[in-house]
Amino acid sequence: MIAFDILLGLGLILAASGVFLSTHLFRSVVLFVVFGLLLAITWTRLQAPDLALAEAAIGAGLTGVLFLDTLGTLRKAKQKRRSKKEPRP
Amino acid sequence: MNRTLRIAVAGTVALGTLYALLVAILWVPEIQVNLPQQVALNLEQSGIAHPITAVLLNFRSYDTLLEIAVLLVAVVTGLALRERDALTASTEQARDPMLHALTRRLLPLLLITSVYILWSGSYAPGGAFQAGALVAAAGVIARLAGYDIASRADVLLRLGLALGFILFLTVAVSAMLGGRPFLNYPEGWAGSLIFLIEAVLTFSIGLTLISLFVHAPGDSSPRGGADDD
Amino acid sequence: MTIDLWYAAVGAVIVALSVFAFLTSKHLMKKLLAFNIMGSGVFLIMVGLPQHQHGVDPVPQALVLTGIVVAVSATALALVLLRRYVRAGGNPAP
Repeated sequence: MIAFDILLGLGLILAASGVFLSTHLFRSVVLFVVFGLLLAITWTRLQAPDLALAEAAIGAGLTGVLFLDTLGTLRKAKQKRRSKKEPRP
Repeated sequence: MNRTLRIAVAGTVALGTLYALLVAILWVPEIQVNLPQQVALNLEQSGIAHPITAVLLNFRSYDTLLEIAVLLVAVVTGLALRERDALTASTEQARDPMLHALTRRLLPLLLITSVYILWSGSYAPGGAFQAGALVAAAGVIARLAGYDIASRADVLLRLGLALGFILFLTVAVSAMLGGRPFLNYPEGWAGSLIFLIEAVLTFSIGLTLISLFVHAPGDSSPRGGADDD
Repeated sequence: MTIDLWYAAVGAVIVALSVFAFLTSKHLMKKLLAFNIMGSGVFLIMVGLPQHQHGVDPVPQALVLTGIVVAVSATALALVLLRRYVRAGGNPAP
C-alpha cells in the first residue's frame, strides 16, 4: 500500500507540473481536472471521505466546467478580434 | 533579459517557500490539544452523529456562517458584473436531441442523489456542501443543454441566494433572545435545527454556484463589435 | 514517516511549484489555475499535518471542506472578472 501512496503523491506532483508546463491552455485545464480527480483519491487515502466527495464534485467537476467555458469564450473573443483586424490592410 | 530575471526571482521565491514549508512540516512541535478526542467527547451533545457535520454546524458554526456570507458577497459581485444580453445569447443553442434526452434523465437522478447526500450528512459522509455542489452540477448540465432556469425569475433568484444566510443568521440571533450566546442551539433542538439549516444551505450554495456560472459575461453580443473601436 | 506526513510533504512541493508557476506564467487563466492548485496544496498540508500526530481529525477536515467551497466561488468570480475584462477589449496574456 505504501507503493500506491508514493505513486499517488508523485502523480499529484506530475499532474500539477503538467498543468504549468503545457503550452496549450486546453491541455492545462484537462490536466487540472486530472489533478482534481487524483486529489479526490488522495482524500480517501487520508480517510476524509467528505473531502473526497466535495473534491470530486467541485474540484474536478465544477471548476473544470467553469474553466472550459471561459476558455471557449476567450477563443471566440480572439477569433472575433482577428477577423475584425484582417479586412483592413 | 527581463524574462530570465523573472524566472530567477520566481525560482528563488519558490525554493524559499519549499524550504520553509518542509522545515515547518518535518520539525513540527508536539500539538498539546487533542482535537479528535475533544470532538469525540462532545459529539453526543451536538445532536449530530457524524463528526465533520458536527464540527461544521455546531462546534465551529461561526466559520460556516461567515463562509456563507463570503459566498453571498461573491455572487452579488458576480451578478453586478453580468450583462443583459448574455442571458439571451446562448439560449438559442442548437438542442441536440441526444443531449436533450440524456439531460432529462440525468437531472432528476442528480437531484435525488443530492437529497440523499444531504440526508446522510447527519450520520455518514455527506452534508450541505457536497449536496450543494451536486445541485450546482445539475444546474450547469441543464444550462449546457440549453435550459434556462436561473434567469426565469429574478426576484426569486435573489431571495434564494440570500435565504441560506438569512436563515442561518436568524437561528444564530434567536438563540440570543433566550439569553444564550450567539449561535448556541437550544437544548434538544440542535439536530433538527442543523438539518433545517443544512437543507436551506444546500439550496443556496447550489443556486450561488449556478448563478456564478450562468450569469458570467458571454462572448457574443449584438453591440459588442461596435463599441470598442 | 506516516502516510499523512508524506501527503503533507507532497502538498508542500505542490505549493512551491504553484508559487513558481504563478510568478512566471503570463496568461491570466494559467495564473488562476496555479492559484487553485496552490490552494489544494495548502489543503493537503492542513489535513495531513495534524493527522500525523493524532489520527483522523474532523476539525481540519471540516475547515478544508469550507475552504474548497470558498475556493470554487472565488475562482468563479475571478473568471467572471476575466471574461468581463476580455469583453472590454483586454488581452488575457499581456
